[in-house]
Amino acid sequence: MRLQYPPNVRIIEVPCTGKVDIMHLLMAFEYGADGVIVVGCLEGDCHYSAGNLYAKKRVNRVKEILDKVGVGGERLAMYNLSSGMGGRFAEIVREITEKIMELGPSPIRVATGKATGPIAEVTT
Amino acid sequence: MIKAVPKPLEEVLGQVKDFTKVLIVGCDGCVTVCEAGGMKEAKVLASALRLYFTQAGKQAQIDETSLTRQCEKEYLAQLSDKMDIYDAVVSLACGCGVQYMAEMYNNKIIYPGVDTCFLGVNEERGLYVERCQACGRCILAETGGICPIARCSKRMLNGPCGGSDAGKCEINKDIPCGWELIYERLKTLGQLDRFEKPVDPKDWSTSRDGGPRTIVREDLRI
Amino acid sequence: MSVTTPSKLQKMIDSGNFAVTSEVGPPRSADGAVIEHKGNLIKDYVDAINVTDNQTSVCRVCSLACCIRLKLMGLEACLQMVTRDRNRIALQSDILGAASFGINNILCLTGDHQHFGDHPKCANVFDLDSIQLIQTVKMMRDEGKLLGGHEFAVRPQMYIGAAANPFAGPNVAMRVSRLAKKVAAGVQFIQTQCIYNMDTFKEFMKLMVDRGLHEKVAILAGITPMKNVGMAKYMQKRVPGIDVPDDIIRRIGGVPKEKQAEEGLTLAVEQIQELKEVEGVRGFHIMAIEWEEKVGEIVERGGLFPRPQLA
Ligand code: SF4
Ligand code: SF4
Ligand code: FES
Repeated sequence: MRLQYPPNVRIIEVPCTGKVDIMHLLMAFEYGADGVIVVGCLEGDCHYSAGNLYAKKRVNRVKEILDKVGVGGERLAMYNLSSGMGGRFAEIVREITEKIMELGPSPIRVATGKATGPIAEVTT
Repeated sequence: MIKAVPKPLEEVLGQVKDFTKVLIVGCDGCVTVCEAGGMKEAKVLASALRLYFTQAGKQAQIDETSLTRQCEKEYLAQLSDKMDIYDAVVSLACGCGVQYMAEMYNNKIIYPGVDTCFLGVNEERGLYVERCQACGRCILAETGGICPIARCSKRMLNGPCGGSDAGKCEINKDIPCGWELIYERLKTLGQLDRFEKPVDPKDWSTSRDGGPRTIVREDLRI
Repeated sequence: MSVTTPSKLQKMIDSGNFAVTSEVGPPRSADGAVIEHKGNLIKDYVDAINVTDNQTSVCRVCSLACCIRLKLMGLEACLQMVTRDRNRIALQSDILGAASFGINNILCLTGDHQHFGDHPKCANVFDLDSIQLIQTVKMMRDEGKLLGGHEFAVRPQMYIGAAANPFAGPNVAMRVSRLAKKVAAGVQFIQTQCIYNMDTFKEFMKLMVDRGLHEKVAILAGITPMKNVGMAKYMQKRVPGIDVPDDIIRRIGGVPKEKQAEEGLTLAVEQIQELKEVEGVRGFHIMAIEWEEKVGEIVERGGLFPRPQLA
């Protein structure tokens, strides 16, 4: 699958979004990510039945934490797509990247100067 | 087991925001089981605090660890060589652990990171319900194995009150009436005769009203 | 059957006449005139006046002060006492205080949970429950003893009452069992929850009679007139432990708004007539909530007036 999405996006593959832990998401921000999106199967279509539902709760929990610590919950989002929606995937990544660009660099990156350019991480 | 919930992040932030070296200490006991204060939660809290300090442009050292139990000196002692590094400690143990830590590290500022709630069971993951109020003189033998002190909203010893309705407590339709449960269980056990005998006023001196309670087990002491 | 006290209510019940009691709710301010006024409204129609004890957990003038006021007006007061707010020291202390003013009737209750009231954040007490309060009053009266063991000479001469709710869960048989427990504890009279479901109440009384309990305790049937269909619906839906059948809602709702109060009063009167025929019913407890001015009318139309004058 060759889709056009911005080069400053790093894709991290996981077997299921149920594998994505709160700490993975928090660490991504600690390491200087400007934004993270979690992309899972459509609700009801998770191969492990409810992985994406757990992921949704964790994402919401982390959004809340990010809001409270001054990083901003809007830097994290979750999407549900089916495997046949590659086009939509690329579109979402573009949209998010633009949104994150607008938000500017994460305050963590500003404070630490850790990363070099805007980075959005994507987990699928 | 003891059930607790994490304190709101903003409360912990408010307490530690002026320090620069903070240790978060989880407990591997009860608070791990209810996912409020184990190693996992210590890591999450530490990460959140690091994000907070970093975005605020403050240099801070936030570390996390967890102990087997915080209600025993032997385990608390494992912190003794690193304690000096930190300005403040957030203990994610139950209220006992927090206090014992404060007692042992007398000159250290210790904050509680969880709200300790009650003695309860895991009805489901994420659903914990009280079962016992540690009254110090268990009467479950008389009440069909269901505790009226913990499960009746008025801790009546001669219930149910006139507010019980279709098996639910008067205070909330989601709470089963403890006394209806007792009645049904006594019926199942063929012990309904117990139900009509008035239970005398309870000696609460072994309960929460009696000051700090102490158990002395001479058979266990050396 | 039970210990005789100077209570005029007891005298009336023991005389075989239907007894009539009613209740007044104290104000949420230091205005003492309210109780005086309410007492005067109903005094000729009842044998004793209950004063509620911070009912529905809303803070009001204390029952004890109001009972003393009624007593000083020459009226027969019944001290309602809930165990929610006071421990056994305070409860016994208030009982002694009431008795020291010659108050001879007490209604022992556990009380509504504080969650319903105006101070839901308070700590509750529940050191005792209603049945243990009955035991306590009985011990003070009959043995001259406090729960702590102290013995004293001048005993509180209390006619001991309690409440019963035939309509609460889980079933009528259990409700009779629970009342049997109150009888075992020493209760002498019962004021029931307000009755709207006659079938359930009759079933309850039949079980009482079958067990001979009606001879050990005097049952005063609870009557609360409906002011309008809104109140009927509210009681049906929102008040735990009250059973308002649909036909009552239909009946009150079936008349025009301005006639609903009248219909409610007529219903109350009919209930009294019907309940007079039920074996074991020894009188009526009329709870006209903030509608004390109608108590007289209900008593008169219910054929309970004038009140017999006993020597
Ligand atoms: S009776 Fe006391 S010890 Fe037993 S379960 Fe209830 S509160 Fe706990
Ligand atoms: S309804 Fe049941 S559980 Fe609730 S206070 Fe009454 S007796 Fe206790
Ligand atoms: S397999 Fe679980 S979200 Fe896709």
